[in-house]
Amino acid sequence: MSPAVILLLVWMLVPLGMTLYFSFLRYNLLMPGMEEWTGFFNYRYFLTDPAFGEALTNTLLLVGGVLLISVGGGLFLALLLDQPFFGQSIVRLLVVAPFFVMPTVSALVWKNMLMHPVNGLFAWIARTFGLQPIDWLASAPLLSIIFIVAWGWLPFATLILLTALQSLDEEQREAAEMDGAGVFSRLIYIVIPHLARAITVVILIETIFLLSVFAEILVTTSGGPGNASTNITYLIYTQALLQFDVGGASAGGIIAVILANIVAIFLIRMIGKNLEA
Amino acid sequence: MARAVSTKQKLVYTVIGWTVGLLIFFPILWTILTSFKTEGEAIASPPSFVLFDWTLENYAEVQVRSDYFKHVMNSIIISFGSTFIGLLIAIPAAWAMAFSPTKRTKDILMWMLSTKMLPPVGVLVPIYLIYRDGGLLDTQIGLIIVLTMINLPIIVWMLFTYFKDIPSDILEAARMDGASLRKEIIHVLIPMAIPGIASTLLLNVILAWNEAFWTLNLTAADAAPLTAFIASYSSPEGLFWAKLSAASTLAIAPILVLGWFSQKQLVRGLTFGAVK
Repeated sequence: MSPAVILLLVWMLVPLGMTLYFSFLRYNLLMPGMEEWTGFFNYRYFLTDPAFGEALTNTLLLVGGVLLISVGGGLFLALLLDQPFFGQSIVRLLVVAPFFVMPTVSALVWKNMLMHPVNGLFAWIARTFGLQPIDWLASAPLLSIIFIVAWGWLPFATLILLTALQSLDEEQREAAEMDGAGVFSRLIYIVIPHLARAITVVILIETIFLLSVFAEILVTTSGGPGNASTNITYLIYTQALLQFDVGGASAGGIIAVILANIVAIFLIRMIGKNLEA
Repeated sequence: MARAVSTKQKLVYTVIGWTVGLLIFFPILWTILTSFKTEGEAIASPPSFVLFDWTLENYAEVQVRSDYFKHVMNSIIISFGSTFIGLLIAIPAAWAMAFSPTKRTKDILMWMLSTKMLPPVGVLVPIYLIYRDGGLLDTQIGLIIVLTMINLPIIVWMLFTYFKDIPSDILEAARMDGASLRKEIIHVLIPMAIPGIASTLLLNVILAWNEAFWTLNLTAADAAPLTAFIASYSSPEGLFWAKLSAASTLAIAPILVLGWFSQKQLVRGLTFGAVK
């Protein structure tokens, strides 16, 4: 066994084991020395808390919304960037750039300079057209966060789909063209099936990361108003580091692990198949 | 790719391409522009796009007010430190798996991948408590440990896919020509492995630089890297857009340049070799 394997094993098993153990305790950092075994109480408490239902819905909406925008937009951008045009390589650099912007920067730039209801650019555009500016993060907090996060992941989908697109056999496309297939039938019968695998990979990998969106929520809305933009990750964070409820947060952590595993199983199978090929 | 395209068609794509590209890039461009404005101009409405008094004072102010340089150093130390340690641990492992695979190699790789899918929040509580009791909260070394461990699976995987592409025939040929093991490693293996190692290094520095779960939760003032430092601008009293922009520009510029060079490796690394 190599050191890498042992280290990772320890790194994974020790904290995870501790989370599991804590999840069965009544354990609050504000009441040290009062720990006691409570069985499944924390799980029942966490799962029946209305905030959990909201957070679960928000998590699914956030993941789904970002996937929809980034995969749909990524497909469009990949097809566009695959066409020859002037300054193509520069446009490509512009399109991939948001992926390298750290989450706290993108969240604050969007929150202040673009979405701010008074001084933001969107407000100015709205006023120019004689419309009432929208306070994005107050009136549509989850949607705003979806936009911010999707902006960062759009380049990822574009880059991967573009890479896959460029491995498409040119002769196949030409043959179809000569047989009289139009742009759309070529897209539907040749390009999309060729990209199916890459699209699946994008969806699965993005899902893994999107289940854990945190910084964008912390610096824009802090999960609010109410729980309107709280996802599971953020809910557990507030329970652990703001309410000091170690037991409850641990039960939430285990639930988050189970949710992520459902996705992970599919991803692992796909990549495993590829390893044999 | 020599596809015949009419000039007219090419012009149409040029217009669409540049419009979309500039729209997507706009928030970054806007941040860079705002960093050269005064605070008054930064929140002015209607906004000025180019015709304002360009100033560098924000860049100077950011340093004076908040010891910006300290956070830059934290980011550099943490991202490079965790990447180097990760490489030291991962190179032997990936090497062994690529050149002398056993029956279990595939299982181990798959298992490593699965650890990457563990949501960080699942281990937030124990890591936080261990760090608190071990005096690792808000220290550079504490963050280096966390980031090394969370990126180790990606490092091993990337190295593995690169090493696997090195033909083992070449090693045999060198051996047949009478090269000693030492010479084999120095003259044959290392030159062929370096591009893969460099790509892995690059991608991991980028990932560690931008990591914003552990850096936000495990640091306060001392060890905060740029991710956490920028987050401190989110408080309402910190509405200094020009300064925020200057700090942001400096935080993203180096990594943006590195990122532009590493697009190919990024695809390979983040899809675990599933898309090349």
